[in-house]
Amino acid sequence: MENHPTPLLQIHNLLLYFRTTHGVVQAVDHVDIALDYHHAVVILGESGCGKSSLARAILRLLPRNVAEYKGEVILEGNDVMKYEEEEFRQSIRWVAMSLVPQAAMNSLNPVIKVGDQVAEPSMVHLGTSKAEALDQAKSMFERVSVPIDFLQRYPFELSGGMRQRVALAMALVTMPHLIILDEPTSALDLLTQANIFNTLKVIKHEMGISFILITHDIATSSELADEVAVMYAGQIVEASDAPHFFTEPLHPYSQMLMASVPRLRSDQDPIFIHGQPPSLISPPTGCRFAERCPKVFERCKQEPPVVQSNGILVKCWLYC
Amino acid sequence: MDNPIPNSVMDIPSVNPPTGGEDSEVILSVNGLHVWFELRRFGFGVAGYVRAVDDVSFDLKKGEAIAIVGESGCGKSSLMKTILGLYKPTKGDVTFEGKSVQQLSGRDLQWYRSQVGYVQQDPYGALPPFMSVERILAEPLIISGIHNSEKRREQIRKVMEEVKLYPVEDFLPKFPHMLSGGQQQRVVIARAMIRNPKLIVADEPVSMLDASVRVEILRLLRSLQQRHNLSFIYITHDLSTVKYFSERIFVMYAGKLVEKAKINELIQNPLHPYTQALLSASSDPDYHNATKFREVPAGEPPSLVKPPAGCRFHPRCNRAIADLCEVEAPPEFTPQPTHSTLCWLYR
Ligand SMILES: Nc1ncnc2c1ncn2[C@@H]1O[C@H](COP(=O)(O)OP(=O)(O)OP(=O)(O)O)[C@@H](O)[C@H]1O
Ligand SMILES: Nc1ncnc2c1ncn2[C@@H]1O[C@H](COP(=O)(O)OP(=O)(O)OP(=O)(O)O)[C@@H](O)[C@H]1O
Ligand code: SF4
Ligand SMILES: [Mg+2]
Ligand SMILES: [Mg+2]
Repeated sequence: MENHPTPLLQIHNLLLYFRTTHGVVQAVDHVDIALDYHHAVVILGESGCGKSSLARAILRLLPRNVAEYKGEVILEGNDVMKYEEEEFRQSIRWVAMSLVPQAAMNSLNPVIKVGDQVAEPSMVHLGTSKAEALDQAKSMFERVSVPIDFLQRYPFELSGGMRQRVALAMALVTMPHLIILDEPTSALDLLTQANIFNTLKVIKHEMGISFILITHDIATSSELADEVAVMYAGQIVEASDAPHFFTEPLHPYSQMLMASVPRLRSDQDPIFIHGQPPSLISPPTGCRFAERCPKVFERCKQEPPVVQSNGILVKCWLYC
Repeated sequence: MDNPIPNSVMDIPSVNPPTGGEDSEVILSVNGLHVWFELRRFGFGVAGYVRAVDDVSFDLKKGEAIAIVGESGCGKSSLMKTILGLYKPTKGDVTFEGKSVQQLSGRDLQWYRSQVGYVQQDPYGALPPFMSVERILAEPLIISGIHNSEKRREQIRKVMEEVKLYPVEDFLPKFPHMLSGGQQQRVVIARAMIRNPKLIVADEPVSMLDASVRVEILRLLRSLQQRHNLSFIYITHDLSTVKYFSERIFVMYAGKLVEKAKINELIQNPLHPYTQALLSASSDPDYHNATKFREVPAGEPPSLVKPPAGCRFHPRCNRAIADLCEVEAPPEFTPQPTHSTLCWLYR
């Protein structure tokens, strides 16, 4: 494997706010993430905490009602936030990083054969000829274990699991360095899910692709994670390596989240977290988890800094 | 368990049970149940059947909680809806306290509906969007003929406290969209509980909820079940939640119950190759997972229109016995008294 002087991706202070009639939604609020080549980072968090918005912010796939969008997205040493849209489209989106969107299996075009849909990104973004692009589509189908004769089928002729694999093939076909997977298996059955994770592991090891895996499912996230970033109410509250995170998470929210997972192989009773995450329109000042935190104390009324302990980043006063 | 609460927690004018119901331990009995949906040809005639439930039998005792686990489309909801009397069986029957559910009509059917609470799949679609919580909970009482609004309100208050929707006054006027997913699911549960049923059927009650809330709702259901000695059918695709909830578990594959066991038996000693696959596909959070492959059969569950001959799992089974499994459907084998399976390996 080649040696890389800089990490694949460094995100600093990324921020994406939306304008709504009720006020400004602070969906992504000063997020930092770093990711190495050939690695996978999991973004873990509950519904509405800003995971999909973070994916949009990284890939600059913005809705119309953006109130504020800024920060640094440094990909292979270049801050691509500074790129003009045209340059970003030509050299970054789909080319260097691509996305398998949330509910991708239901967002394929119903009237175009799946083979043609998978071929499209390389034709559009890399200017590949149609014949060559179809050839690539074919080899991607093999990669993701979709039978070759399915190239000629329409999405409705495929099961959910197969359509999800097709969406993955589409993200792979341009051979990007990084793929963002937004809840790739949440709607799928257990066995299908396990099969797809097997496929992702092969792709990661054999093609050397890095992943940002977005999910609320802690157990399956451990199937791919080298690193874990926990998101709560628009912010990253802990960034850790998988061995530490899955054995000893630091942030009280991470700890409770971990303890809430029902386990097949142990008799430990799962716990639950009282209450709900705060509104992102006027989030509380101070620690955003304070209201639900069993360890809350006086200082938590102020915004906690991000502190580092043994390479793990945690945004909590307990570690100051 | 805390002190048993008298049978009637909520003051419901009792609709009398149909006469002749025997007082056995078994409350619900499903016998050779088949639920097939007709596939109509364009024009006329029947082109085939979706065999959503195919020869399913089991007994449920008073106060017992069972779980039915299976993947999408295996027939779980069809089975439940037939138990609830919403679908007619193609063959076989369901009896509740000794009475055939399919034969009930008029007042008897109304009585049955009051005895069975239903927590349906998808809380977001379960609640009528233009009704307040109070109205949603009043509806079943009005149907039961409780016309005194003061009395209704009292019962609504009681049930809301049971599902921990308090302060009650705050929630009464709210509409579903003003509630979090977990709160909506509490309303659905309250609605299922309000007529003081003996049996609760919960179809994927937590699959749409966040992990941190899921356990809370399951605990709530479990405590209601134990407190009122309810019989309970919990339907799920999530094996890891089952053991916190029920005594027995049935595994469903392609319209059939392929394994029935006590929870611990099933987890420690799964018999059917499909159950074994389900167990090895379930992960617990563990960083070692990232460096291992999961041994799972490839492929997908079969079409229920033309299911495979013989054992329905045989095309995906790595232990299939040649000239047997693909030819003849396995009958139920019972290697241990409380543990049975539809698999030729145990012949
Ligand atoms: N275009 C938009 N305009 C206004 N608000 C938005 C927009 N997109 C998302 N939001 C809000 O931003 C917050 C974060 O949403 P996001 O979709 O990123 O969450 P998520 O973590 O992906 O949730 P889920 O797990 O349910 O997919 C939510 O409160 C959501 O309602
Ligand atoms: N009313 C109906 N008419 C025709 N086919 C139906 C009907 N209801 C269900 N089916 C079919 O019967 C099969 C079993 O469906 P069912 O909803 O019972 O599965 P399930 O196990 O509840 O799935 P899920 O986990 O997705 O809820 C499916 O193939 C479904 O398409
Ligand atoms: S009956 Fe045969 S094919 Fe079916 S599960 Fe058992 S061994 Fe496998
Ligand atoms: Mg999302
Ligand atoms: Mg169902």
